[in-house]
Amino acid sequence: MNEAMIVSLLTITIRAGVSLLYATLGEIFTERSGILNLGVEGIMMTGAATAFAVAFHSDSAWLGLGVAMLVGAMMSFTHAFLTITLRADQVVTGLALTLFGTGLASFMGQRLGPGGETMVGLQGPVFPRIPIPVLEDIPILGPSMFNQDVLAYALYLLLPLMWFYLRKTQPGLHLRAVGDNPAAADVLGVPVKLSRYLYTIFGGCLMGVAGAHLSMAYLQGWAQNITGGRGWIAIALVIFATWDPLRAAVGALLFGGINALQFRLQAAGTTIPSSFLNMMPYFFTILVLVLITWGEAVRKRLGAPAALGIPYIREEKH
Amino acid sequence: MKKLRWILIVLLVVGLLLSACQAQPAAPEEEEGPFQIAVVMPSSINDLAFSQSMYDALLRVQEEMGGEEAMTFDYSDGMFVVDDAAAAIRDYAAEGYDLVIAHGSQYGSSLQEIAPDFPETSFVWGTTVDTFGIDNIFAYEAASDEGGYVNGVIAASLTESDVLGVVGPIETGDAKLYVDGFVAGAEATNPDVQVNVNYIGSFSDVALASEAANTHVAAGADAMTGTAQMVVGAIGVAEENDAMWFGTQSSQTELAPDVVVANQIYRWEVVLNEIIDLIGEGTLGGQSFTINLENGGEVIEFNPEYDLPEDVKDLADDTIQGIIDGTISTDVSE
Repeated sequence: MNEAMIVSLLTITIRAGVSLLYATLGEIFTERSGILNLGVEGIMMTGAATAFAVAFHSDSAWLGLGVAMLVGAMMSFTHAFLTITLRADQVVTGLALTLFGTGLASFMGQRLGPGGETMVGLQGPVFPRIPIPVLEDIPILGPSMFNQDVLAYALYLLLPLMWFYLRKTQPGLHLRAVGDNPAAADVLGVPVKLSRYLYTIFGGCLMGVAGAHLSMAYLQGWAQNITGGRGWIAIALVIFATWDPLRAAVGALLFGGINALQFRLQAAGTTIPSSFLNMMPYFFTILVLVLITWGEAVRKRLGAPAALGIPYIREEKH
Repeated sequence: MKKLRWILIVLLVVGLLLSACQAQPAAPEEEEGPFQIAVVMPSSINDLAFSQSMYDALLRVQEEMGGEEAMTFDYSDGMFVVDDAAAAIRDYAAEGYDLVIAHGSQYGSSLQEIAPDFPETSFVWGTTVDTFGIDNIFAYEAASDEGGYVNGVIAASLTESDVLGVVGPIETGDAKLYVDGFVAGAEATNPDVQVNVNYIGSFSDVALASEAANTHVAAGADAMTGTAQMVVGAIGVAEENDAMWFGTQSSQTELAPDVVVANQIYRWEVVLNEIIDLIGEGTLGGQSFTINLENGGEVIEFNPEYDLPEDVKDLADDTIQGIIDGTISTDVSE
């Protein structure tokens, strides 16, 4: 393996990992507040469709991104309203949101092109790759990490910030408390329902960004079933990353990386059946994340927010 | 109890939404009207690949037969879920359509179950050669290796890096035939050429297809091909990297006019016309058909915008003729 090959593998890995990581981070913040949102796939797909449609007609990628975030916020607000205020079952509501979102997105894809026609095959504004001067000269890491699109760079900043927020700040502590022991948080004066609303909506925004990245940076166009199950992979990554943003990054990169590797292996003409190689990213991501959490799992419980999926009702015992 | 009520309400809403989203087969007019065809397809009618090839063919058949007075057709597309497709097929048959097309090899077992219940209706299933020995099922398939071979010959003649990339869906059926044909054609033309083949394990994952294409480009490929409806992702990558693209099933030229060199196009009307004639004579099934270069069910369409060198064009034409004459064999079998 030479340097050029490593650089290309890393580039593909990061490019594929960006949308996955946005969605995973969105779900981590949602679940940390105690709300399970299984609508990720639907929100991502609707985000991808609206982002592309708006960007195409307005000729502005940024406007597309903004609307995708708004749509993500609106869809997750629906989820929040149903599950927090109306206390509907979170699993059922989330699944409904995914079914609704994927259907709506397919419909928009068929109708939101010019003249009410399909959006398949259209070319719209995109987030291009912008090399960062100086940094791109670092060997290996430079051309792979610092020759990405603006959404990837935002993620580089967002990731440590999110980890810091969650682990080291008071609002982060409150967020964890709301998800772990809402009654105690309530006693301390933390507005439980409001927090849950806010973080669910914030998470939805990130899922919208994940969709926008798919249709405006990674694929640069709309296609039916554009998410291809990435929303579900994000939900799995949350669990294997034990609700930790940095570990989620490891998982997302690993998943993309092994995919790129298995393509390379197939192309090299190996005799291993392709269906077996296709399974590899799932297998290794699970394996590695299980291994890195092994030690902690033995020492304490896995870090799932204790009140995840349970509606909070003041004065009621759990 | 309250919670249960909410679950029920949510389920109800979902159910209503879902049923609202279902494609409603339009009720055909009764008797003595035009010949009525219904088709069920896995992806959308404008997927620039498998489903579109059937939709376009039906439009051409309609035109040839004399417009809507002579033939009408209704379709349900986006039927990735086989259960939904089976419901649609049964529904169409019950509505009294003359011919119901199940355009997807995954619909076979459903058809096997449904067809005997409607002995008056003719069913067509592809891509396969299997009619299950049932009297009212026709089968059709594409000798996609032939066009794949031609594409492979052109690609191997044009490549400068001697590396070609193939993005395949799942290693089966006409996708595998096409890929094997492409590899055979390329290797027969240029012994130095290296053909990297990837099967991504999905017919629909567009992002994964683009990831595979990126891997090919990184490995030095300057010409790529792929088959099934998820290749739109790979075509985008080809265009971005100025790599040649070879299409199949439908014309993919409009997606990337600068890089598409040639397309193998399926013209299912060759099969459909024959089937419609047979139904007119009272035969409702039991036969299988193959489209190929010889019977005109497959044609190679060159992108007029692409500046193809004269000698390569001649070589391609000779290859097509050779396959039709039987002097060239793709050496591919299922």
